[in-house]
Formats: sequence, structure tokens, C-alpha cells
Amino acid sequence: MTASSSSTPGSLGRSAAALRPRRRTASRRRREVLSAYLFLAPGFVVFATIILYPIVRAFQISLYQWSLVPGTASKWLGLHNYGRAIHDPLFWRGLENAAFYMALTVPAQIVLGMAVAVLLDARIPGRGFFRAVYYVPVVTSWVVVSLLFRYLFITEGGFVNSELHLHVNWLGQRWTAMLVLGFLGIWKGIGWSMVIFLGALQSVPAELKEAAAVDGAKAWARFRAVSLPAMRPVIAFVTILLVIGGFNVFISVYLITQGGPLQETQVLLTYMYQEAFSYLDFGYGSALAFILTLIVFVLALVQLRLFRRPSEARA
Amino acid sequence: MVVGNPRRARALLTVRFVVLALGAFILMVPFLYMLSTSFKPNSVVLEIPPQLVPHHPTTANYTQAWTSNRFGRYFLNSLFVALATTALALLLSSMMAYAFARFRFPGRNVLFALLLIGLMVPAMMLLIPQFLLAKQLTLLNSLWGLIVFYTGGNLALNTFLLRAFFQDIPVELEEAMVVDGAGPWKRFWRLILPLSRPALAIVCIFTFLASWDEFTWALTTINDPSKYTLPIAIALFQGQHSTSWGLVFAASTIAIVPAIAIFVAFQRQFVSGLATGALKA
Repeated sequence: MTASSSSTPGSLGRSAAALRPRRRTASRRRREVLSAYLFLAPGFVVFATIILYPIVRAFQISLYQWSLVPGTASKWLGLHNYGRAIHDPLFWRGLENAAFYMALTVPAQIVLGMAVAVLLDARIPGRGFFRAVYYVPVVTSWVVVSLLFRYLFITEGGFVNSELHLHVNWLGQRWTAMLVLGFLGIWKGIGWSMVIFLGALQSVPAELKEAAAVDGAKAWARFRAVSLPAMRPVIAFVTILLVIGGFNVFISVYLITQGGPLQETQVLLTYMYQEAFSYLDFGYGSALAFILTLIVFVLALVQLRLFRRPSEARA
Repeated sequence: MVVGNPRRARALLTVRFVVLALGAFILMVPFLYMLSTSFKPNSVVLEIPPQLVPHHPTTANYTQAWTSNRFGRYFLNSLFVALATTALALLLSSMMAYAFARFRFPGRNVLFALLLIGLMVPAMMLLIPQFLLAKQLTLLNSLWGLIVFYTGGNLALNTFLLRAFFQDIPVELEEAMVVDGAGPWKRFWRLILPLSRPALAIVCIFTFLASWDEFTWALTTINDPSKYTLPIAIALFQGQHSTSWGLVFAASTIAIVPAIAIFVAFQRQFVSGLATGALKA
């Protein structure tokens, strides 16, 4: 006790001395700033051109009836494109479908990912193998798995209908098609949340788990009392990213239903893509994209609030 | 696991194992079926009931995809784009990360905040203005267009991850080099980069896979069939030959094998990369 308390101030003092900046001459300081900018410049120029400039442009374009013909002027519309979205039933349907997709995929990915992580959090044979297998769908291209699910859910001679002795026209109706898209999202996403949850579970101190076990707590009670609270920030992180990902669903819808039948499975992004690149209405497409971004930001902020509150109350 | 009688513990472990194995099998079924279909002659890909294992397996789909349908070309296009993107993004983002991790300069916080904004904005929001920009820069319909835009899209996340890693390298090591008269460029190449191999590996893998799998930007900007990358080639091929599933899945298998191989080879870096990304973001 005495030894440790006497060594602490000493080591603190030493590290504080090491952290104190050395006195530098003005020219050396100037050279340092210059080399910082030189290291920064090439990457930041690319970043500013490819990402920052388009962010500003996205909003600007949404205020116009954008003309693609060189030499002709785009027509200023103000916020008209945004008003058009609010009165556009297809916009609301896209929002509804995206919300349905999210409501289906986010909880399922969290619960199943957590379940697999808990099962893997033990000295189990083939642990690395299982972790890899559950993760394989995550690293597989969206294009391939989308085409694969389209094939599996074909009505006549499709794998799912044949094996389950069903005769469902999966992709020909709105809600069954949305269900297929949801299945794909869950199937592809379990591995991702699992790996992050597993990492977090393993950083929960083993002494805590053991202490609870000695107290005679059953596995489920132990999990709820010890592991779950410790994982709160990670669960928050995963939820936020899954919600954002859910609202950004695009490739699977584009390749499996093309928003059909009759625009019924259109989500926000496929609708945006269609408006912009099939009908070449860049102004309206940009407005839709901008609204989506706003929704995603607001949702992320709300969730950050919701997840933060209890821990603040405790502190 | 922790306490209790050993027989019960063993039984519980067995249950865990069986549940995990069952789940893994269910998860793999779509892939197995895809693999099986890729070895079927086209006449039976939609047979009722489906052949789970092809009765007369054939590799014709693979040879046909690779030769007459030019998937070999698309494979090389994808490889070129992914490798060039990875090299460029790695160089540019590690340089930026070094500046942010080790130097004080005016505008540092503002520039870093801008980088974070780039990290948060969904890529799809930028599709339309980026398309117009690529048109101005005459980067439509070009593999270099893909490379430049993929690099730009990967910079923010890479810089963010590498900066966190660089900051954990003890300053004393660099100070020792300064005493020996080494300039910043030399410290960066000789000290920071060699010590950061694990982080660089993670960034490499993520960037490579992201560009290898990218679909939307390539679909939007590439029209010339000789410049297709694998993802758009497969999707467009399926659109044109909607019933040639054997061929589609042979090409798909060719496309996903490198991604899965890279993942399996670097599994440990992968998992740790995800974990640090999750805990630090």
C-alpha cells in the first residue's frame, strides 16, 4: 500500500515532464506547420473535391430544375422540389417501405447477432471457424447475394417454395417482396453485429461474471445484470449504424424487385435513383437524397439521446 | 462454465455447439445452393423439384463465363481498380493521419471536423453531384474515374482509423530520430509506417474489399462494356439473360472467392479492426 502510493506521484511527475513541450525556435515551428500542410495537402484536396464539394452541390442542385444540356440554364425553383416530395405519394411509400425494412432487420440483427455472440463467448471447439462462417455473408458482395436471393425465391422451381412446399408469389406482391428483402438484410448482417458484440463481451471482466455466478445467479440473470449494462455503448453504436444502414438500403431492392411490382416496393433510394438516372430529374433526385440524409441525421441524434440518458442519470 | 458440476457444464457446451453448427449450416445453405447451381447445365437450373446436388455436374458455366462472356476481362478490371484504389487511399490517408496525429497547425480542428462530416454523410446522397463532377472532369466511363472516386470515398474512414493508431506510437521514438537529424518525411517512412503494419493491413483489406464489391457508382458511370467491373458485369448479364442462372452463379463464384479468401487469410486483423472501429467511433 505505502509502496504504491509513494511511487504514484513520482511517476506522474516524470511523465508530466516528458509531456511538457520543448521550447522551439520560431523558424522550427514554422517548418513544422509547413510540413504538416504538405502531408495533408494531397489527400485533403482529393477529399474536398470528391466529398465536400459534392455535399454543398447536392443542396444547390435540389433548388433547381436541373438542366443536363450544356449551355442551357437550370431553372431556379427554390424549395419547390421539397414541397413536391411532401405531396408525392411515392415518396411516402418509399419512406414506409424503408421504415418497414428497418423495423424488420434492425431488431433481428441485434437479437440474433447477440445470441450467436453469447454462444461463441466460451471455450468452444471450432470457435474461429464458426466466427468465420457467420461472417462470410458480410464480406460477400451485395450484388451476388441479391441475385442469389432472387433465384431462391422464384415462384416456379425456386428453392424456397420447393423445399417448403409453398406456392407463394414472393416477389410479385408488396409485403412478401419486402419480407424477402428483409430476410436478405438479416442473413447478411448477423455476422457483423455478432463480431462487434463478441468483442465487447470478451472485454467484460471475467471476475464480474464469476462473482455473479458465485452469488448463484442463473445464466440469463447474470447476462442481464453484468454483461448487458457493460455493453450498452456498443449496443447503441450497433443500433445507430444498423438504422442508418437500413434507411440506406438500395442495391438489394434495385436488383431484386427494381421497386416493383408497379413501384410498390420502392424505397427512398431506389426512388431517388429512378428519378435521377432514369427520368434525369436531378433536382428532384437531389431533394430526395437530401431529405434522406436529414432523416438519418435526426434519427442518429435521437438515438444518441435515448441511449445516453440512463447512464447520465446514474453518474 | 465457471462453476457447477462438470457433467452439466459439458452438456451445456454440447448444446451450444449443436445450436451454433445448426445456425452456421442454415446460413450457408444459400451459398451451397449457389455453388451447386453453378455446376448445373442450364436446362435444369429451374427444374421442379430442384436438384440439390447436380446429377450431371459440369464446369461448362465456368469456362463459358471466363472465355466467351469476358468475365476474365472484368476480373482484371476489378483487380486493377481495387489495387490502385488501395494503394492511393493508403498513401494519402496515412499521410493525412500522420499530420493530424503528430503536428499542431492552424485549422487542425476545423479540417478534422470536415473529415468527420465526410464520414457521416451517406454515399448515396453524393451520387448526383459526383456524377456531374465526374462528367466535368471527363472521368465518366473510365476506370480511373472509379479509382479517383473510390479513393475519395475511403479517405475519411482510413484517416480516422490510422490517426488513432499513430497517436498510440510513443513520441519518444520520434524524438530520438529528431535528435539524429531525421526530417518528418523520413520519420514517417522509416518509423511510423513500419510500426503501423497491423493498422495498415486493416485499412488495406477494408479498402480493397470496398472497391472490389462497389456497385452503384460503377453502374452509374460506366457504359462501355470493356470497362465493366465484376459487380456490374454480373448484374447486367443477369438482366440480359434472366434464366442463365448457372452462368450467373459461376461468374458470382469467381467474384466472391477473392473476397472470402482475403477475409479468411486476415481474419484476426479483420475482427480487431472492426472492434477498434466500433469502440473508438
